[in-house]
Amino acid sequence: MTEADARTTRTEDFVTVQPATPASEQGAVVMTLADVAVSFSGRTAVRDVTFDVHAGDVTALIGPSGSGKTTLLRALNRMHDTVRTARVTGTIRLGDLDVYAPSTDATLLRSRVGMVFQRPNPFPTMTIYENAVAGLRFNGIRKKALLDEAAESALIAAALWDSVKDRMSAHASTLSGGEQQRLCIARALAVEPEVLLMDEPTSALDPIATKRIEELVVELKDRVTIIIVTHNMQQAMRVSDQCAFLLMGGDKAGELIEFGPTAQLFSEPSDPRTLDYVNGRFG
Amino acid sequence: MTITATATTPPDPVLERRRAVQAAAAASLGRRKLGSRVALVVCWVFLGIAIVPLVAVVFYVVIKGLPAWSAAFFTHSTVPEGIPGGGVWNAIVGTMVITAIAVAVTVPLGLLVGLFLAESDGPIAAALRFTADVMTGVPSITIGIFGYIAIVRNYGYSGLAGSFAIGFIMLPVITRAGESAFRGVPRSLNEAALALGARKATIARRVVVPTALPGVITGVLLAVARGLGETAPLLLTIGGNQYLQWNPTKQLASLPTLIYNYSSQPYADLVQVAWGAALLLMAVCLVLSIGSRVLAARLRKERR
Repeated sequence: MTEADARTTRTEDFVTVQPATPASEQGAVVMTLADVAVSFSGRTAVRDVTFDVHAGDVTALIGPSGSGKTTLLRALNRMHDTVRTARVTGTIRLGDLDVYAPSTDATLLRSRVGMVFQRPNPFPTMTIYENAVAGLRFNGIRKKALLDEAAESALIAAALWDSVKDRMSAHASTLSGGEQQRLCIARALAVEPEVLLMDEPTSALDPIATKRIEELVVELKDRVTIIIVTHNMQQAMRVSDQCAFLLMGGDKAGELIEFGPTAQLFSEPSDPRTLDYVNGRFG
Repeated sequence: MTITATATTPPDPVLERRRAVQAAAAASLGRRKLGSRVALVVCWVFLGIAIVPLVAVVFYVVIKGLPAWSAAFFTHSTVPEGIPGGGVWNAIVGTMVITAIAVAVTVPLGLLVGLFLAESDGPIAAALRFTADVMTGVPSITIGIFGYIAIVRNYGYSGLAGSFAIGFIMLPVITRAGESAFRGVPRSLNEAALALGARKATIARRVVVPTALPGVITGVLLAVARGLGETAPLLLTIGGNQYLQWNPTKQLASLPTLIYNYSSQPYADLVQVAWGAALLLMAVCLVLSIGSRVLAARLRKERR
């Protein structure tokens, strides 16, 4: 069975029209989600999520408020572990690793699946350099050469190197909001994760800074597989290759309505609700 | 099924570093887990050290005090040693009267000052805030001496003098608790009301105070609990009374001073009464602080 065939069988429930396979779909499967559901204190927040994430793709999670985009994203690197009442069911795999298997160490997993948050959150007591290498140090890396190399590479990749290379020992709070968010991206990249989760990374930024981050997302595709939550449909169109549309059902729980290549989801979606949403009729 | 990586494979240095990072992370995992576990154990040990004396005090007071409790304990006044059947009703009444007057005066005063402090950052506010902080730190015996010199030397011992001294203990606590509760109200709510054409007083009454209410209630009840147990200011101001007395202008009994006086007596039955009073005081404080928390939680929940 070829890979394209395998994907067809896996996703045909959601994508009825099979387009010509775009180049980005040739990437290996990095993450698989099967029947994923997240509940808090027994109340389901999001459910019925099944799709694959391919290497080198930017996968966008879109949908109105309350549809469970962020909740789903945080399930992927076990951020819900810190919430006592949270329960994640279904299967999430990172390559061969079962993310929620009892034998899986959450800290090791998170060094492979990084995260960037809604608001820039550089560590305020650390310098720019210390922020950039924070993840490496947390993971027990002390070798200066490796730290320096990773910091430079990550800052270059985050398009921040030129403006900070001469003031690496300045505090991160001296940077502008957009620069701080790029530092946070660099901080996540320095650990060289396989997957980078981004939770509305531009929602606290102005349009210029937003544009830079969006360009960055596209540039980073070769380096890391990106899953991004956005409530901005134009942003999803601009940056993503694959798109998952979530919607709050009658029981207040978000569910996956449709998953497919972004171009198709926006031009000829198979579900009328998707069409209504991408045409701005609600949400 | 074979899955092969294609053109989207990351550049080599990245892959190399990824391998290095993951290897280092895996290699140091054991050490990091051990460190984490050690830290956790240390936390538990210190938690134990902190909790043991607390629990011991509670248990000891319960064990020693409970036998003193009876119907008469809560309804009869104190009797001299050797005479059976006495209670602490006069001390309960005294404490209630003294605290009620102190609360009636300091709660409105303290909350209004707290509101002012929350709304103002000027020099007067800074001075008031500093004064409140210093007052919180003043030893209660000092407040007692102040009450003695200012009131007792001129008008004699009385429940009012005790309320005056206890009020001084409670006032800064209520002020600061009120300030932090009022400050917790988001600036945006203030601005929303301003933008609707509301005056400052209206905003305070309709928006700030209702929003801050859970925090205010918690602060007030904790201040009351604090005032209930203060002993030194009362020792120097209320004079004490063996008999039931409701009139705050007369000398009154009180639970803390009763505990202080009786616990140092050589008579076993009086020491027993002191334990019983201590248990009563502890129980009331416990009910107040649990009650304040439950009430505040319920108020917060209603909002959602």
